Formats: sequence, C-alpha cells, structure tokens
Amino acid sequence: MPKLKLKEHRINRDWCKGCGICVQLCPKNVLELDDENKAVAVRPEDCICCKLCELRCPDLAIEVITEDEKKP
Amino acid sequence: MPIKDYIRERFFPHLWCSGCGHGIVLNALLRAIEALGINKSNIVMVSGIGCSSRISGYVDFHTMHTLHGRALSFATGIKMSRPELTLIVPMGDGDALAIGGNHFIHTARRNIDMTAIIMNNRTYGMTGGQYSPLSGFGTLATTAPYSNIDHDFDVVELAKAAGASFVARSTTYHVQQLTDILKAAIEHKGFSAVEVLSQCPEYFGRKNKMGTPADMLEHYKENTTTIGSKKKQENPNLLERGIFVQKQIPEYCSEYDKIIEKAKKAVEGKTE
Repeated sequence: MPKLKLKEHRINRDWCKGCGICVQLCPKNVLELDDENKAVAVRPEDCICCKLCELRCPDLAIEVITEDEKKP
Repeated sequence: MPIKDYIRERFFPHLWCSGCGHGIVLNALLRAIEALGINKSNIVMVSGIGCSSRISGYVDFHTMHTLHGRALSFATGIKMSRPELTLIVPMGDGDALAIGGNHFIHTARRNIDMTAIIMNNRTYGMTGGQYSPLSGFGTLATTAPYSNIDHDFDVVELAKAAGASFVARSTTYHVQQLTDILKAAIEHKGFSAVEVLSQCPEYFGRKNKMGTPADMLEHYKENTTTIGSKKKQENPNLLERGIFVQKQIPEYCSEYDKIIEKAKKAVEGKTE
C-alpha cells in the first residue's frame, strides 16, 4: 500500500466531547485536548494516517484527510 | 466522510456520554454498511430500550424504537412481511439478555435472517448503573455496592447453544475487526449474533475504577485474544474474539415461503 500523505485533521468541535480516546491511543502522540477539552492535532507532522482516531472516535468528530482523497 | 450520508446529522452531537463505546459501535457499523454498499432505504434498524437502543435515532435508515427487550420480535414481524429488507437489531446487554432473553434465544433458534448486535457494557447505564446479567461476579454497581454475587452469561456460548447460525465477538478497541465482523454478520443469511464489548466509563468504569475511556479500551486489548491463539492456551482467562460459528442452515423466511407453496398445492389438490 502506498504511503498516505496527510492533508489535514478535520475535527468537529461541536461534536467532540473530549473523551481523550484519540489522544491516548494515537500511536504517534499527534493529538491533545485544548483548554476547552476538545481534540486538536498539535503535531500533525508526526501523523502516519493510520486513521485509528477516526475509527475509534465515539462522536464521529474526527476525520483524517489525506492528499489523494477527494472529500468535500 | 461518506459515512455521514448514513446518519441524521441534525441529532448530533449524540446524547451518549463522553467516551461511551456505543458511539464506536455506531462508527464501525456505518463503515460496515458503507463498505457493503447497501442502499439505506433497504435497511431497517429495530431497537428496544436503553442507551444502546438510542442508536436507531441516529442512523438514516428505516428505524423503529420499540419495547424493552422486544426489538427482535418487532424485527421478526418486519422480516416476515418484507424478507427482502436487511434487518439490524442493536441491543444492550440488559435489553437482549435480561428482559429480552427469551426473545433472543428463540429468534436464534428460528434462524431468521437478521443481525443482532449485543452492545455489552455490563450495566444499565440509562437508569443509573444497576448491575445487569452481564456485569459479572464480583463487580460493583449502584445496586451492588458490596459487590455483585450474580454470575454472568457467556453471550457467545448462549447464542451457540440457542442455535444461531452466525456467532461472533469483538470489542470497541478492535474497530477494524469489528467492522469486518459486522460486514460478515449482515451478509450472512440467517440469524447473526454479534457481541461487542463496549465501555461504559460513567457507570461500570467509574464504579469499578477502570480509569479513562481509553484505559477501558486498552483493558479490552489486554484481556482478549483471537480465537484459538497461542496466548489463549497460555492464559485461559483471556476472552476470545472473532467468528465462532458461521454455518448455512435453512432460513426461516425461505422455509415459510416453501410452506405456503406446499399448502397452496395441497388446497389445489383437494379442489380439483
């Protein structure tokens, strides 16, 4: 599988409840919770686009958008 | 995200607590359905009562929110009248195995084509964290402050014994496996029972000091293993994950159609 290149982490702040699952289970420690208890990608350069945060988000609040994908 | 096409966005953010595993089950289920490419107008989701059952409000299929424990019976009625539809019945552990226990075993025994998802969070979350038939011996609950003396069911063994033709288990940690299992379960012609270990950080987790939602997910990683693995032989206490039963046996709606044909022929034979 060709290596995926990150475009952006799209985080829906209205839906995120700050449970911290994405923060704690990210294999590269890319995400953190901010002052409002919402997930933020603070080290996007370390992201390997495994998308486990997107798959494990109970609030459907995070999307990992890669370069090759055409998403609205 | 194509999975957004399958939800009712106007009801989001959903009402489940922060870190609730039921949201992860919803996430995996949407991905399974998206991968299967089923038209959402051909899916009916029937649920009962409980935190888990609220899932039917969030998906943009035909949905029915019915009586506590009776979702499988409503689903049976729908499937019998419209067998071409795909039936998905998400249930909580209390909904499926306490008040709905009889419906569960008899729907399994009939082998009617539908997918039952038992979202096992080991508690009655909606009503305040009472112990459920799946809480397990020695756990704490609001109604068992000095520890629970009830033993739990093994959902997989129960479904197998009741005759389900597809039986599987996964967890909210193992989301990729969960999506694959849900795909296989929905595609299976016959009754599919899928147990999903789904964390309740607010009640079961807090009462039993299990840490953050992510800690509870890691607990699933550490305490489960794939079916027949070497790890299981070394540590029999691990709970197995995967597909336990996948067999083809006569399906209820198809057999019912055959009975109608037989009866018609018998009547025609008499009138001639």
